[in-house]
Amino acid sequence: MQTIFYILPELFLSTSILSLLMVGVFVRRSFKLVNLLTIFSLGLTIVLILNLPDEIIKVFRESYIIDSFAIFMKILTLLFCIFVLISSKEYIKINNIDKIEYPIIILAATLGMILMISSYDLIIFYLGLELQSLSLYILASFKKNDEKSTEAGLKYFVLSALASGLLLYGFSLIYGFTGSTNFELISKNLNEDNAGAVFGIVFVIVGLAFKISVVPFHMWTPDVYEGAPTSVTSFFALVPKIAGIAVFIRFMYVPFFNIINQWQTIIIFLSIASMILGAVAAIGQTNIKRLMAYSSIGHMGYALAGIATGTNEGVQSTIVYLTIYLVMSLGTFACIFMMKRENIFYENINDLSGLSKNHPMIALCFLVMLFSLAGIPPLAGFFAKFYIFMSVIEVKMYALAVAGLITTVVSAFYYLRIIKIIYFDKPKKAFDETYDLGLKFSLIISTILILVYFIYPSLLLEIVSSILIN
Amino acid sequence: MNFPILSAIVFIPLIGALFILVINGEQKTVVNNAKYVAIFTSLVNFLFSIFLWYSFDPSISDFQFVEENTWIKGFSNYQLGVDGISILFILLTTFITPICIFSGINSINFKIKEFFVAILVLETFMLGVFCSLDLVIFYLFFEGGLIPMFLIIGIWGGPKRVYAAFKFFLFTLLGSVLMLIAIISIYWITGTTDVIKLLEIRIPHEYQYLLWLAFFSSFAVKLPMWPFHTWLPDAHVEAPTAGSVILAAILLKMAGYGFLRFSLGILPIASDYFTPLIFGLSTIAIIYTSLVALMQEDMKKLIAYSSVAHMGFVTIGIFSLTKQGLEGSIVQMLSHGLISAALFLCVGVVYDRFHSRMISSYGGLVNVMPKYAFVFMIFALAGLGLPGTSGFVGEFLVLLGVFQVNAIIAVLASLGVILAAAYMLWLYKRVIFGKIASIEIKKMKDLNKIETYIFLSLVFLTIFFGIYPEPLLSTIDISVDNLIENYKTNLNFYSLQK
Repeated sequence: MQTIFYILPELFLSTSILSLLMVGVFVRRSFKLVNLLTIFSLGLTIVLILNLPDEIIKVFRESYIIDSFAIFMKILTLLFCIFVLISSKEYIKINNIDKIEYPIIILAATLGMILMISSYDLIIFYLGLELQSLSLYILASFKKNDEKSTEAGLKYFVLSALASGLLLYGFSLIYGFTGSTNFELISKNLNEDNAGAVFGIVFVIVGLAFKISVVPFHMWTPDVYEGAPTSVTSFFALVPKIAGIAVFIRFMYVPFFNIINQWQTIIIFLSIASMILGAVAAIGQTNIKRLMAYSSIGHMGYALAGIATGTNEGVQSTIVYLTIYLVMSLGTFACIFMMKRENIFYENINDLSGLSKNHPMIALCFLVMLFSLAGIPPLAGFFAKFYIFMSVIEVKMYALAVAGLITTVVSAFYYLRIIKIIYFDKPKKAFDETYDLGLKFSLIISTILILVYFIYPSLLLEIVSSILIN
Repeated sequence: MNFPILSAIVFIPLIGALFILVINGEQKTVVNNAKYVAIFTSLVNFLFSIFLWYSFDPSISDFQFVEENTWIKGFSNYQLGVDGISILFILLTTFITPICIFSGINSINFKIKEFFVAILVLETFMLGVFCSLDLVIFYLFFEGGLIPMFLIIGIWGGPKRVYAAFKFFLFTLLGSVLMLIAIISIYWITGTTDVIKLLEIRIPHEYQYLLWLAFFSSFAVKLPMWPFHTWLPDAHVEAPTAGSVILAAILLKMAGYGFLRFSLGILPIASDYFTPLIFGLSTIAIIYTSLVALMQEDMKKLIAYSSVAHMGFVTIGIFSLTKQGLEGSIVQMLSHGLISAALFLCVGVVYDRFHSRMISSYGGLVNVMPKYAFVFMIFALAGLGLPGTSGFVGEFLVLLGVFQVNAIIAVLASLGVILAAAYMLWLYKRVIFGKIASIEIKKMKDLNKIETYIFLSLVFLTIFFGIYPEPLLSTIDISVDNLIENYKTNLNFYSLQK
């Protein structure tokens, strides 16, 4: 019975998925109701998770772990899931994707991510991953009459299935050469002479890298970001990244930590390549969603830099980076949701011109977000990069630091380009005024968080360092 | 003293900016209220800093009014404090900002509210740079100033403003991120970013060279030194008058201040090692940019190039490491802050009326604008370092200091003084004297009330400090002595260690 208590949040989430399906089927025109109940059940899951005891618990023969790291990551996931849902309500309605399946599939994806975050066994992890991935395929092609959206879904499906295959192949190698699927046992049986297992780890890293879209496994990202409905894009940009990074940290620091010398160079390469591509490829983009795709690739590169250090500070900085990145992306996507004239959503960067004249407050928020994404002090984005540089320089990885530094300047260029269009260019027609409170709320809260972060930056750092005691 | 006066001075403009931001209502009342709030805040801040100067004790070499609060726990503290050097820069900043606001009232005619917000936010960042006693806080303010300045150039600037704003931003950012790496490295080497502690901790000399170069890259771009100066003429030409004034008067000084405080204070051995580099680059800057200034057809560009030359004097003065040289370069920075601000305002005055910055489109202004001709004359003469103006005191002291160290550099640098006379007088002749160039010029009005008061205050200070620089020198005296002494003992320490 005790075990069931520990996995209550997961059980609750599964039950609510099933019961919401019932509600959706039996109540007519129930999108609004289902959406509301989805947000409600996500909120309740957060409460249940907060209720868990503050100790390391391993259940189901040590294949499922509940520790403060997992709890923190789960809360982030659920919280940003709620924010994505409330900020995209208007978009969903106007684009006629307000089907009951939409929030329910998001719930299913979230459940998958939560399982991934807590998994302590390769098989459980894979189950969570597949639940998440299958839900994401459907979400990407949710606007089924739209050519681009269908294409995005199909592309994502084919490539992601391939990545899952590689991942599974890697798992089988690891199992074969270490004799276990449990993280702790793997860690025990793993050493650098175990060439077969090292081989398997490379496949695992490839699979994980694909899921958080870092170079050279990023090809799907721009197309999927552009093709999928913006509400789904904002979900893609935020929520799966949390689980992806969490799992990355868990894999590298628990089962594979013994052979850090083997994977470190791989991660450094992934990190540098992503930073460079994210900075350079975004320069020529005109579609803001595509630009955000490249921007997210670059940001994931920075996040990986923290993991590559192999130190506690490095992981801390990665988690801080991730958290701040989530807030910035939330704000940016909230601004993108506001680019609407007469019920048509615009995606071209040039459509933003004159925002500063027609909607000075939105323009100001967008400005804050963009400067923060570029990492200019005193905004939160600067501190995110600062911590990463701190941990990278501590272990004397100067190549990473220099790459990060140069790409910061290069990527500042394209963020500035958007600011230029907003503030310096000739005004175009005004966008529609938004009356959606959820959207406004997300924008305002993220702007305020980014702006005031510098007053007391240790707060987030303290929380993060307290969850990493083990 | 328990009242955190430095924090107050730093953050009062920010509070003013927030007030302006929340003003709402009819367009006209908003503009009016914003105007009053901006003027009020900047003047109050000026009074505060006067009070700070008054209660500052120039006979103590330590930092005064030190405030310390935990900020990033276990890593860096929020620490402010001033010594004799930084207090003068604070005064300069709080004095120039109201002038910029008045000039903005005169010449900015759209998005006025946003303009005041940008100027006030910028003031906070600039003051923060001069007050901060922690490297991370310093970096935060140093770099944060890019945001408002980028917007000031980009929104209210001239036709090529986008290019100029981007160039300004990216150049400075590239220099600054290197400094960030250096700051983090200093933390890992010494375990602190507290400037007061760092002045005593001796960083091992094998690290110093690279760290120095990283700091140098940031300051050399910002100062700017030849050959990193190319962003400056563009930024100056395209920026609105108030932007040019702030840029020339204060933003450039942040780099000079950085050299004084960090390069000399924390990295003495590398400063000693790289002195020839600084001397070389500065001498080239003085002669080369003076020659370039001679050939300019755009008034703002001419003054921008002359700024680069004057900053060359500042750097050779700093790295001469003599008392005269250091004091000279500080006085030179302050006086250049007043003079270049005034010269840009002079250009702004005619630009507002005639919308041209080309020298060739003017001529004979003395006939239509006698007051203006008089003011312009004073500042042109001050710009070339005429005795009796503050420009002379700075240049003279710098040359005096450098002569003791390296006579050749001093001789070459004094060529710059001659060239300055050439371009300034020629500029003056072409704009003010001669035939009246066109009918439109004939209709131009002389200085209005606000402009007259602005110029009078600047004229007064320029001449006052030219005749009686004692208040400045007595304020910085002990701090400069302390700086040199510290530097010398450090050098001795390292040479013994070898």
